[in-house]
Amino acid sequence: MKKHSVALQVDRCRGCTACIKTCPTDAIRVRGRKAAILPDRCIDCGRCIQICPHKAIRPAGDPLDKMEGFRYKVALPEPALFGQFHNLTDPNIVLGGLLNIGFDDVFEVAAAAELIADLARRDFSPGRPLPRITSACPTVLRIIRMRFPRLIPYIEPVILPMELAAELAREEAVKKTGLSPEEIGIFAIVPCSAKITTAHAPMGLKQPVIDGAFAVNDIYLKLLGPMRDLTREGEIPDLSRTGGMGLSWGYCGGESIARGEKNYIAVDGIDNVIRVLEEIEDDRMPDADFIELTACVQGCVGGCLNVENPYGAKMRLAHLGEGLPPGRSSLASFPGAGRLAVFQRELDYIPAFRLDTDRGAAMEKLLKIDQLAESLPGLDCSSCGAPSCRALAEDVVLGRASMDDCIFKVRERMRSVSEDPDSYLPAPFRRSQPKKPLSERKEGGSR
Amino acid sequence: MSPIKLKYTIDAGDLSRAGEASSKMKMSLRKLGIPPETIRRAAICMYEGEINMVIHANGGEVTVLVGMDEITICLADQGPGIPDIEKAMSEGWTTAGDTARGLGFGAGMGLPNMARYSDHMHIDTTVGVGTTVTMKFKVA
Repeated sequence: MKKHSVALQVDRCRGCTACIKTCPTDAIRVRGRKAAILPDRCIDCGRCIQICPHKAIRPAGDPLDKMEGFRYKVALPEPALFGQFHNLTDPNIVLGGLLNIGFDDVFEVAAAAELIADLARRDFSPGRPLPRITSACPTVLRIIRMRFPRLIPYIEPVILPMELAAELAREEAVKKTGLSPEEIGIFAIVPCSAKITTAHAPMGLKQPVIDGAFAVNDIYLKLLGPMRDLTREGEIPDLSRTGGMGLSWGYCGGESIARGEKNYIAVDGIDNVIRVLEEIEDDRMPDADFIELTACVQGCVGGCLNVENPYGAKMRLAHLGEGLPPGRSSLASFPGAGRLAVFQRELDYIPAFRLDTDRGAAMEKLLKIDQLAESLPGLDCSSCGAPSCRALAEDVVLGRASMDDCIFKVRERMRSVSEDPDSYLPAPFRRSQPKKPLSERKEGGSR
Repeated sequence: MSPIKLKYTIDAGDLSRAGEASSKMKMSLRKLGIPPETIRRAAICMYEGEINMVIHANGGEVTVLVGMDEITICLADQGPGIPDIEKAMSEGWTTAGDTARGLGFGAGMGLPNMARYSDHMHIDTTVGVGTTVTMKFKVA
């Protein structure tokens, strides 16, 4: 099963430590001067993709020629896509553009989002504990499953808007064309690596319902020409089924408003998300009924596969939405959608941080890690390829690294064979005083 | 296997950083494969203890002992002590100052919550000397 959609372009990686330091789950190491991802730990937040100064870490989206194997192809554009274009006044221009670049039909993820919001407004599963936590961001779902399993029952048990859109799009396409479901290709156009992963390995569904996921920035340039032609002389098709509320799911806070929540908090950015989840787990939460969490800054518009910066994209999405009715899709017009939207299976705990399945063995390992960490310099310099001294200690105990990866440890060992070991260390780490003190220096004075 | 000892220092007057020891402890317990529900109960008590030490005492020391079947959290401070434990244990009773209450703390639920979420709690306190709260949690 595909665990993450982050790929390393090996020739570009310089083995610097930018990515390992930024990873919120300590999932990256540098080995042999190249970054390497621990797949069980990756939550697909995309931070390493955004921070890599050499553009060596890239999202692994599906190649566009994946469409070729299907007789009828439907595009599922995510709301964030509509925030990428200057002066866009009508979502139909984007949809028409998609028809011009090889898709036979479209189904807006924003329309499916409106259906999910409608379902939530009907309080479809009363009696579940508050606060309810959004299920719309796959990275958030993954971090909860890894770090906050106690909060799994608080997650709204509905599939991603993109997944609901796929189910409905396939049904519609079968009806329209008479083809069999397998002949229809359903392709999401997504703003982040997490949604690529989820398209292939869904969480709330038993089987994938999406045939491929293309990155917004792979589609963007192809769309520009056809969209320009449509605005100039073409006939803009009337395909859009979303209002402003559906589009607003593209930025943080939009889902809460679409659901009609009154007491909600909307949190963006993975660090903030983790902080809030810690607090909810410790029973110290403001009395919010709904917690909207988006791993990316500003929400899906902050995804690592977008073209436009999150702030500009959010402004444009909001403007575009203002010109539309608040909502255009409801369960009244998609009667089967409510049933399709519900999780087919429970989310389970992914104990990615557990040191050993046997608790006694885990305790021994933690003890050993504590001892090793104590003996390391605590500089967290990452020269060893681990994000911190503690992470190196853990790697050593788990057999992923050696204490000799620590430059200071190696130095200590060389001390015995070298006359002047301190000369290899930066000044603050030298153990002995200079051999020839400055003539002005008095005893006891350091500077 | 002797228990694993985790130690945390709680600084006085720093409400904004209260909760950090709880987060750190949670990560260690997760690594040990302690069941999520037990982690949650321990974390709630730890956080309440942290807040108590920040508001009422001048900070303090926390020692967590993780054994095979039991977690022990020991919160030790050199604060003013608790003159009337029974009163302090009653829900809603507080001596928190206006500043703390203005921040939403000091609802008088700290000790009652700790008693509720732990399997065993013992308070050792001397007025003018300090307080040690020991809580035990069975590991399911």
